[in-house]
Amino acid sequence: MARIELDNITKAWGDVVAVEPTDLTIDDGEFVAILGPSGCGKSTTLFMLAGIYAPTGGEMKFDGHVVNEVEAKDRNVGIVFQSYALYPHMTVRENILFPLKFKDIPAGRAPEMVEETARLVQVEEFLERRPSQLSGGQQQRVALARALVKSPQLLLLDEPLSNLDATLRLSMRTEIRALQRRTGVTTILVTHDQIEATTMADRIICMSRGRVEQIGAPEDLYRRPNSLFVASFIGAPPINTLSGNATGNAVSLGDSVLALLGEARGVVTVGLRPEHLQFADQGLPGRIDGIEPMGREILYLVKTPLGDLRVLEAGSVPRRSAEQEVRLHFAPEDTLVFDGASEDRLPDVHAALAEETKKRA
Amino acid sequence: MANFALFLGPALVLLALFFVFPVIVDIAIAFTDMGQTLQVKEFTTKNFERMLGGDRRLSMALGLTFIYVLGTLAIFNVTFGLVLALTTTAIPDRVGSFFRAVWLLPRMSPSVVYALLWAWVVDPTERGLLNQFINGAFGFEVYDMMNDHPMMLIILANGFIGASMGMIIFTSAIRSIPEHLFFAARADGAGGLHIVWHVILPAIRWPLSFITVYQTLSLLVSFEYIWLITNGGPFFDTTVYALYVYQRAFEHGQYAYGAALALVLVVIGIAAALLMWRFMDMKRLLQQPRIEVQ
Ligand SMILES: Nc1ncnc2c1ncn2[C@@H]1O[C@H](COP(=O)(O)OP(=O)(O)OP(=O)(O)O)[C@@H](O)[C@H]1O
Ligand SMILES: [Mg+2]
Repeated sequence: MARIELDNITKAWGDVVAVEPTDLTIDDGEFVAILGPSGCGKSTTLFMLAGIYAPTGGEMKFDGHVVNEVEAKDRNVGIVFQSYALYPHMTVRENILFPLKFKDIPAGRAPEMVEETARLVQVEEFLERRPSQLSGGQQQRVALARALVKSPQLLLLDEPLSNLDATLRLSMRTEIRALQRRTGVTTILVTHDQIEATTMADRIICMSRGRVEQIGAPEDLYRRPNSLFVASFIGAPPINTLSGNATGNAVSLGDSVLALLGEARGVVTVGLRPEHLQFADQGLPGRIDGIEPMGREILYLVKTPLGDLRVLEAGSVPRRSAEQEVRLHFAPEDTLVFDGASEDRLPDVHAALAEETKKRA
Repeated sequence: MANFALFLGPALVLLALFFVFPVIVDIAIAFTDMGQTLQVKEFTTKNFERMLGGDRRLSMALGLTFIYVLGTLAIFNVTFGLVLALTTTAIPDRVGSFFRAVWLLPRMSPSVVYALLWAWVVDPTERGLLNQFINGAFGFEVYDMMNDHPMMLIILANGFIGASMGMIIFTSAIRSIPEHLFFAARADGAGGLHIVWHVILPAIRWPLSFITVYQTLSLLVSFEYIWLITNGGPFFDTTVYALYVYQRAFEHGQYAYGAALALVLVVIGIAAALLMWRFMDMKRLLQQPRIEVQ
């Protein structure tokens, strides 16, 4: 098991900078997720940790030892690729055995280790099959077994669940997390699925365009996002964002005004999460413009003087109808306010309904 | 039935015209006494008796052919072709493409030019390229490859051209291996040679077998460069079977005997192909089609 430190690590191909200088520390035994949209440098970061790509600059340390020059084969890192990358001509047994060929294993121990690991990920019935004779989920578990069999000091998972159906994805999430707890291996999961990240990881590293936007517990990223990007990326359905001009303790949005707790000037963006907006007897007036049932919740699109807002309400049957006039309420501490230019969050500023809006029946 | 004729018709006609028909003619002539005058006086089996009876040059040609085909194949067309493909795909792409282009040059130049080049390379005087090093630079005695090691010369000359075909086929096969497999192997702890053995070779089994069978057959019947460079000499030291057939039929005018010899070459070719087919389990390599054809 290893503690991972990245010190100013960067990777570029010619002019294309895939990963900008990044500092990062991952504790021994921790499970972190790298979350970000397609092309933001997640795989590149993972491949540098695995030793597959050499960083363009900076230092990478495992347990305090610089590993920049250590080859992939000598790093003892297990990796599961998005494509699984199982060896097609080998059986499942041979695939899982493969990493052990290059390690000093006491004679006769290797076959046992293969079977133990296969049991761990529940592929022991398929040991004699070839990868092409397995389903996607089974292949994924074989890839996991191949990564785990050598007891790596670091486990890297590159979007391992993206090819699975929703049910299997759910059960694999739980399985992988349980497996990681049992083995205690430091694990980095790459994903662009925020639910995957928030449900599985101790900490989330949110990346955008080659840069780390924020590192923190899922709760931190949700409640206290550093930037508009993180706020928009975390949370589903996505946060409502409204831009307007702030004048000290008020901000004009659309045809209306919100009060500001704390002070801001110039262009700001106010973020209101759909799940933090409630229908009420008093408050912001609006008219329902669209209804999207989402299973256990209903998403309403509401036209208000501030702009169009998504509102989430529990229940599987819509209790409101289109064109209905409604009132919306939200708690000021749930609102997020961002500087319009830098898109950084203004930590001490919140938005609230103006007094006259509140009073209108 | 109409579709059948439409789709297979052209191929069958070509096959009949350029393969079946010549073989039939060859068989027919093989059982005559056709000579320089092209006249047939009798139908006879004496050509085959002569082959079995004691054509000493024939058994020698067979032996030389075996050495020539096996040597060229094992050293160059397969092994060296594979080495070229492995090395030029392992280095940066531009450099790799450049080296492959260099190896393709002889294939693109006319055979006579290529043969002349070899004649100059092994010229047994101090003017020859090889001797400029051996004799000129290091002061050893002048080396006459054409006389001292003629078999080596024709293997080298054919191999330098032949290797490029394997190189091209193997290169594209290696290129088509998913990149992640190499990444996975490296992360699993495999070094360069392990990757070649456990990832690359299994993935290119089919092109390897194909090149082996195909090149065996083409080496068996081709003699162009041998004819141009050594003309079968010195004495008969590089007269391989195909060249021997040519000499008998067209240089000595023994058309009937040449036809009989050629017939045996066809049989040897088919036998070799079938044997290798079995040996390399080609049926399994040629995967079953995934769609059904009525
Ligand atoms: N070999 C390469 N040469 C040049 N540019 C590359 C190379 N590999 C990746 N890139 C670029 O680097 C950036 C980051 O790529 P990376 O594969 O890390 O993205 P990612 O976050 O894993 O995306 P995805 O979620 O789609 O897998 C992309 O803009 C990509 O175009
Ligand atoms: Mg990726």
